[in-house]
Amino acid sequence: MNNSLVEYIMHLADNSLIHGHRLSEWCGHGPILEVDIALSNIALDNIGAARSLYEYAAEIEGNGKTEDTYPYFRDVRQFKNSLLLELPNGNFADTIAKCLLFDTYQFYFYTALKNSSDNRLAAIAEKSLKEVTYHLRFSSEWVVRLGDGTDESKQKMQNAIAEHWEYAGELFAPSNIELEMIEQGIAPNIDALKDVWQQKIAETIEEATLSFPLSNEKGWFQSGGKKGIHTEYLGFILADLQYMQKTYPNSEW
Amino acid sequence: MVSKEKIYSYLENVSDPEVPVLSILDLGIVRDVNINEENETVEILITPTYSGCPAMQMIAMNVKMEMLTQGVKNVIVTEILSPAWTTDWMTESGKRKLNEYGIAPPQNKSNEYIPIEDLIVPCPICQSKNTSVISEFGSTACKSLYRCNDCLEPFDYFKCH
Repeated sequence: MNNSLVEYIMHLADNSLIHGHRLSEWCGHGPILEVDIALSNIALDNIGAARSLYEYAAEIEGNGKTEDTYPYFRDVRQFKNSLLLELPNGNFADTIAKCLLFDTYQFYFYTALKNSSDNRLAAIAEKSLKEVTYHLRFSSEWVVRLGDGTDESKQKMQNAIAEHWEYAGELFAPSNIELEMIEQGIAPNIDALKDVWQQKIAETIEEATLSFPLSNEKGWFQSGGKKGIHTEYLGFILADLQYMQKTYPNSEW
Repeated sequence: MVSKEKIYSYLENVSDPEVPVLSILDLGIVRDVNINEENETVEILITPTYSGCPAMQMIAMNVKMEMLTQGVKNVIVTEILSPAWTTDWMTESGKRKLNEYGIAPPQNKSNEYIPIEDLIVPCPICQSKNTSVISEFGSTACKSLYRCNDCLEPFDYFKCH
């Protein structure tokens, strides 16, 4: 049971870490200063949530493990984040599309996780939900601004949503670990969140005068991340993220 | 053994590293103090403002330093997440100090949602209510960036959370 719980926490933590890491790549590269600061803030919130989760996993596992063990000393196959989050940042519209899909998911997910039978996860959800509410407002506003903007921004926003859409389905497809956690009342039933998620996204897309991605009708989606089968991008992220600890293990500031 | 009141009075000396005019008590992040007479330890429970707040480790260290200075040796600083910190816990004197420092304090209660375009944040410099938001995200996770349309100064707003 503890093993499954650790595995589950790892999936949640990896989602937040990889998303936070990708967003941190915008630091110093944002299209305008305010966006640069916003993306760095959101990156920090995500990395903060990941820390709380890794810390919890380390406490359960014991054995000298710390919050740093998981991000720095695991390899690609051991990471259980959804594929959506490891995709490259692309242009600004690509990042915003990824944020909209994930922030909306996080909003409903944390709202449900607040009722987890696991008190620690419920506390982390309570804390994170407050932050995700800002993130969602930021990404939704930008989808509308770009979608209902110039011809070029509209086209880029439309393409970005279409390209990321096929990665969003994985968020709602429970893995065996998730099923076990749902069964125990620890995890919310993510499958049941899909309708409300899709409705919320549809409202934002409509306000942005964009059209719903066609691939939505196929129902097929990219998956593998939750099982540790990743795109080639994750390896490059880890090379960057883990370099210092792998070169000088357990070094400290 | 030292009293709980005494510990609180020492904590008044520990300031927020980002906003040095505020003590951690003003900020409302100290949740409780437990005195364990048996093994002579003092546990101080603090909660982060934001999950990724980089000031937390520094605050924990400063708490321990302050206690050492006061002769309290066995101190445990425990971080708790629930109930989640809210700006409602900031003291009135804390809000006044913030404003004098040049940061507009939180304007509403955390549970009343006011759309950002309807929220009136008075300028901490000239007190004008004619201000506008530049960015919901500011120099730290807890602040937004505003501009005063009268004195034209940009300023930070400690956002309601």
